[in-house]
Amino acid sequence: MSVYNEKVMEHFENPRNVGKLENADGVGEVGNATCGDIMRIYIKVDDEERISDIRFQTFGCGAAVATSSIVTEIAKGMRLDDAVALNNKDVADSLGGLPPIKLHCSNLAADALHAAIEDYRSRKGESQ
Amino acid sequence: MQRSVYLDHAATTPVHPEVLAAMLPYFTRNFGNPSSVHAFGRESRIAVDKARATIANAINADAREIVFTSGGTEADNMAIQGVAIAMADKGKHIITSSVEHHAVLDTCEYLAKQGWEVTFLPVDEFGRISLADLEAAIRPDTVLISLIHGNNEVGTMQPVAEVGELARKKGIVFHVDAVQTVGTIPVDVKALKVDLLSFSAHKFYGPKGIGALYIRKGTRIKPLVHGGGQERKYRPGTENHAAIVGMARALEFALENMSDNVDRVTALRDRLIKGLLEIPEVRLNGHPTDRLPGNVNVGIRYVEGESLILSLDMKGVAVSSGSACTSGALDPSHVLLAMGMSHEIAHGSLRLTLGIDTTDEDIDYVLSIMPAIVDRLRKMSPLYNEK
Repeated sequence: MSVYNEKVMEHFENPRNVGKLENADGVGEVGNATCGDIMRIYIKVDDEERISDIRFQTFGCGAAVATSSIVTEIAKGMRLDDAVALNNKDVADSLGGLPPIKLHCSNLAADALHAAIEDYRSRKGESQ
Repeated sequence: MQRSVYLDHAATTPVHPEVLAAMLPYFTRNFGNPSSVHAFGRESRIAVDKARATIANAINADAREIVFTSGGTEADNMAIQGVAIAMADKGKHIITSSVEHHAVLDTCEYLAKQGWEVTFLPVDEFGRISLADLEAAIRPDTVLISLIHGNNEVGTMQPVAEVGELARKKGIVFHVDAVQTVGTIPVDVKALKVDLLSFSAHKFYGPKGIGALYIRKGTRIKPLVHGGGQERKYRPGTENHAAIVGMARALEFALENMSDNVDRVTALRDRLIKGLLEIPEVRLNGHPTDRLPGNVNVGIRYVEGESLILSLDMKGVAVSSGSACTSGALDPSHVLLAMGMSHEIAHGSLRLTLGIDTTDEDIDYVLSIMPAIVDRLRKMSPLYNEK
């Protein structure tokens, strides 16, 4: 029915972990309104440096929504060190691929996750 | 079964069954090459001549002023490049607007790289050029003005008759891209004082792959394609006679029912606009009244166009958007940006174009599903949560 595969459409239709996380330990945002994609990821981190909870908010196309959704699914419960190693290609691959044009503009979900982890680490650094 | 609602008539329309029926014999029984001397050829020649006369009559032109092309894009290219080359000895300045279809815009940009100078006129918030801007842009070496009649994205009508008056007075060739208007509203090349006019059959329930360029008698223009003597050497190549017959039949239909269709479609359009504007923070793009009968274009804040298209598609509704994501470009619609819209708003634009087959039930259905779709995407959007 569209340029996207079924898995992408399934995530677009039923995105996981949508919304804002109150009292998040880290918040990361990438993209801008000019290019048409903004992704924001909120994380909660437990004592063992694992992502205990994660949410996203996205303004963007089908690929932007689906990549945001699946990255939250993958990262939930992951150790921060492992989450940092995730890249945008891993995210696209886990969706079974994206149309080539979307790989550059709307495949930023791992970057948003990294930004959230960075934010968490800088907050933690400041508090110590 | 899920309802299926097609609201993308500005992109293309279905072929009318009677148009198809008129075309079919020309693929099999009456397949002759119109240039052949024998009976098969003569039969096809008669069909092409008759169709040409019908089409010319529909826009108040002479049959000898119609050149068939592969569609609107080719007609636009031929008009602009053909006049530019033919008039190069007189001057190399072209005036157009910043809200043209890409067939005109990209052709002008191509010529600008080849040594021509092009002025792209600005537009107001509704997408209209001003006559004062146009008059100020005219120079002694201006050889061509090219303007879209009804905008394919936002539906706004340009003051084509006034521009025609001015161009004729100044002795400048005037081309109009009438792809969205011919077959939809009355178009009279003499009343509009145009020298060249492009139009395309698949926008008015005819087949794809056939269009025409009206060339007023005496207009200096060179062909882009060289070959045989067809189309009085302006566009050689064996005529697509089945499509030409279909184009003529489609235009006959369009004219027969034009005023009823305009009234009915305009009423549906206005009801759809009114309903959409009831959703918070939705605005109408383009002129509120002086717009194509079937065009609705709205800006839906905090959401992105492709997401809207996908969501509507899942509910059986076919629409389009000026969002970058839908065109493969990085920037959103040049038309919306030229109208002074921000990137964010332009990314959230939605175009719904109605046709003669659109019903009241179609409009009811779209209006019934739209609020929930917008709400779902807004709840996902960081922009909405911040406001």
